[in-house]
Amino acid sequence: MRQRVLFCLFALFFFLPALPHTTHAQAPLRKASFIPQWSPQAQFAGYYVAYEKGFYKDFGIDLEMIQGGPHRSSSETLERGEATFATMWLCDAIQRKFRGVKLVNVAQIMQRSALMLVAKKSSGINRPEDLNGKKMSIWRADFQIQPRAFIKKYNLNVKIIPQSYTINLFLRDGVHVASAMWYNEYHTIINAGLDPEELTAFFFYEHGLNFPEDGIYTLERTLNKDPELVKAFIKASIKGWLYAFENKNEALEIVMKYMAKAKVPVNKIHQKWMLDRMKDLVMPRNEKDPPIGVLRQQDFSLVAGELQAMGLIRSIPDFSGFYFQGVSHAEK
Amino acid sequence: MLKNRGLAFKLVLFFTISSVCIFALVFGYNYYVSRSTIAKGVEEKANSLILSTTNKIETLLNSVQKIPENLSYALENGNYDENKLLQALYAIVERNPEIYGIAVAFEPFTFKKGAEFFAPYFYRVDKSVHFKYLDRSYNYFYSDWYQIPKELERPEWTEPYYGEGGGAIMSSYGVPFYVKINNEKRFAGVVVIDISLETLREMVSSIKIFKTGYGFILSKNGTFVTHPLKEFIMNETIFSVAEARGDRFLRDYSQKMIKGESTLMPYKIKSSVTQKQSWMAHIPIKSNGWTLAIIFPEDELMEDITNLNRVVIILGITGIFLLSFAVVYIARSITRPLKELALITEDIGKGNLDVEIPSAGSGDEVGRLSEAFRYMKTSLKEYIAQLTEATALRERMESELKVAHSIQMSILQKIFPPFPDRKEFDVYATIEPAREVGGDFYDFFQIDNEHLCFVIADVSGKGIPAALFMAVTKTLIKSKATVGLTPDRIIAMVNKELCVGNNENMFVTIFCGILHTVTGEVLYTNGGHNPPLIMKKDGDIEWLDGEGSLMVGIIDDASYITEKLLLEPGDYLFLYTDGVTEAMNDKNELFSDSRLKDELHKLHGKPIQEIIGGVQQEIHHFAEGVPQSDDITMMIIEYKGRGDRETSSMEPV
Repeated sequence: MRQRVLFCLFALFFFLPALPHTTHAQAPLRKASFIPQWSPQAQFAGYYVAYEKGFYKDFGIDLEMIQGGPHRSSSETLERGEATFATMWLCDAIQRKFRGVKLVNVAQIMQRSALMLVAKKSSGINRPEDLNGKKMSIWRADFQIQPRAFIKKYNLNVKIIPQSYTINLFLRDGVHVASAMWYNEYHTIINAGLDPEELTAFFFYEHGLNFPEDGIYTLERTLNKDPELVKAFIKASIKGWLYAFENKNEALEIVMKYMAKAKVPVNKIHQKWMLDRMKDLVMPRNEKDPPIGVLRQQDFSLVAGELQAMGLIRSIPDFSGFYFQGVSHAEK
Repeated sequence: MLKNRGLAFKLVLFFTISSVCIFALVFGYNYYVSRSTIAKGVEEKANSLILSTTNKIETLLNSVQKIPENLSYALENGNYDENKLLQALYAIVERNPEIYGIAVAFEPFTFKKGAEFFAPYFYRVDKSVHFKYLDRSYNYFYSDWYQIPKELERPEWTEPYYGEGGGAIMSSYGVPFYVKINNEKRFAGVVVIDISLETLREMVSSIKIFKTGYGFILSKNGTFVTHPLKEFIMNETIFSVAEARGDRFLRDYSQKMIKGESTLMPYKIKSSVTQKQSWMAHIPIKSNGWTLAIIFPEDELMEDITNLNRVVIILGITGIFLLSFAVVYIARSITRPLKELALITEDIGKGNLDVEIPSAGSGDEVGRLSEAFRYMKTSLKEYIAQLTEATALRERMESELKVAHSIQMSILQKIFPPFPDRKEFDVYATIEPAREVGGDFYDFFQIDNEHLCFVIADVSGKGIPAALFMAVTKTLIKSKATVGLTPDRIIAMVNKELCVGNNENMFVTIFCGILHTVTGEVLYTNGGHNPPLIMKKDGDIEWLDGEGSLMVGIIDDASYITEKLLLEPGDYLFLYTDGVTEAMNDKNELFSDSRLKDELHKLHGKPIQEIIGGVQQEIHHFAEGVPQSDDITMMIIEYKGRGDRETSSMEPV
């Protein structure tokens, strides 16, 4: 059954373009803006591809791409109403929702955590228990939620070191285990000469701590005012993702164009790795996985529960108010 | 195929192939040796270049390392207040142009009570020294230059990074320092200096190996710190290059390289700059654990030898061409006179002995061959002149012999029937002489009206002597055969005459008979001759029996006997010489007595001319194609008998 739904979904996205053209001819384009949560890179390939290939226009949207980065928070830009749509992490969004920000998840793009812990086998780490008595570097803010939950879950005694932007402390053996994004720092480690076989990787989704990451958010008022715009944006974005996964070289060229524009160092092989991992994290691996764009309540509940347990939220926001299943609505 | 080619072609082919082989061998060996020699030289050159560059880098790094090391020592062992510290830091930046900035970063609440962040930082902007405190907004506790020396508890260089304002690439050297509290050594902070890597970059970019060879520096992470390709710097690592190329070997090699393994063994790699196959050599920079590597294209490395080889190949090919031309020239100089000689020989073969043989003008084999030809031609000409003379002489002799022969033939009775008025007998004879003048003869004549004497003889030998002997014998027989004499008497007399002065030991076989034309009685003597055949009227053919006597002309007092035979009317007597029975065919078979007898059987009853003609024809048929070696002489006597006589006036004696 689910497979059929999935198939219908894919079919929808592949065959839809003919339809929007007609609508676009009838109605004037709706204005909208979008900000990803970081500087241009393959982590956001789907949006750049959809924009560059004219998918948003095809779906009747005159989109403005706002450049994200370390100096411009996507969630705050959204809150201020400076962007119609933004990507952010699920755990970040739940906390903001709890704090009263009227945002809605309209599509959960990354279904699995890219956040992971990496250790060198040479330091004798093969299983979570091996981390006892070791030094672990973790990032701050939302990045520390899963590692801390992990430590708690396995009842580990580790010395926590704050982790900087680089992975060098780990590479110099200053710490035994470090945080990494699978699509980013993990590849940096590989490209600093360590082979995957030399590394032990702890993926949180393999340890019952799957925090779905990037999702598309908008404000409640936008959704209430123009649900069609939301649906169109999601459809175009998902179409962009599917196109990017099917046409990786073209997608990379597009992403790298935006990276150059943002004056971010471009390393094609690294972006390729990132796009490949995005495909792994976005696309359903099997029929048990949710279809692209869908946020499952169980995932929401797990993340919210951990946040509550961590004391970051006192109560869990209502799922129905948090998530608008833009994809299935669009399906109808 | 090659067999039919000219001498020049073979020579050129052989010399060209063998010289190409020799050249290839020499060239190959030379190439191999010079290549390895050059490679060795280049390896040494690369090594000295890379060593001298690292030495310079090490000197630079070591000299700047001393500063924070000394400062951290001072901090650990002396008392200092903030002012003194700031003055010292200022002085360091002021006096050391290679230092971009220096900071002393303390652990929270270590330097001053209530100060979580305390890190005075002096740094250079253009030529003036600026100062600031690194505070919360910078949060140095998370910086590599602070964290890494702290956690590793030893000084460490950082990975390269872009300096403020994104200008030069920098690296920092952080030295941890400690305080003793209650005899316990506690981490107190990090002294850090920043240096611009511009000097390093200049040192490395000054490395020029051949045309496009270059050097580069890799950080501990394998990141390109310097590289001729700007997009590589700080952006690619040697491993990302290996991944992009799918070059597992480069990855393995680079892992060893960044671990500081020192090997000057050049490694073959594709240059990112020229995309050419190149050699790479590397050496670790011990101070900061980075790596200096140099790359130089193989073809440039081998350029000198390639140029040399090009010249050698051109020389070699030119040489081979010249050699070929020389061979062609020499071959031509040999074959041209030979060809001419061949043409001349053809001419000579056609009989033209007056052709001019060109003088070879040289003393070599060809010249000698020409001389030999000239000599041969002269000799041949002389010989042919002699031969012509001899032939003329022989022709004269032959014509004389012909005359002799015709004279000889003319003494034989040739008109048949010889006695047209005699009805009781008939005679017919032929002689078919061999080429030379032979010794056969026949004769018949009437002794008186009733007696016919007939003779057939064969003189031994051939030629003029035989002809003369035959003429003598014939004349003698004719003169001795007088009325009343029996054949034995006649032959005995002839024998006696012939023996006189017969120094040549010539002899003759004679069959001599006298036919009594009335009675048909034949008296005959056979002097060693082939016995004649009697052809009876009834068709019976028999050899004439009776013992033969000695040949004539050998023993002067030899005795001969006369025998008697009676011919019935209608009987024939067939006489012949051994030219008939000894005629030979191409299988060396003789015509033989039996063939003769058989033939006579077939011809029985025919007119006598036809009988002899038939036998003659059969002999020719038998001996077809084989030259006749002896005279073929046949004679036939037909006895018709009295009843046919018209006159009876002839009475027996």
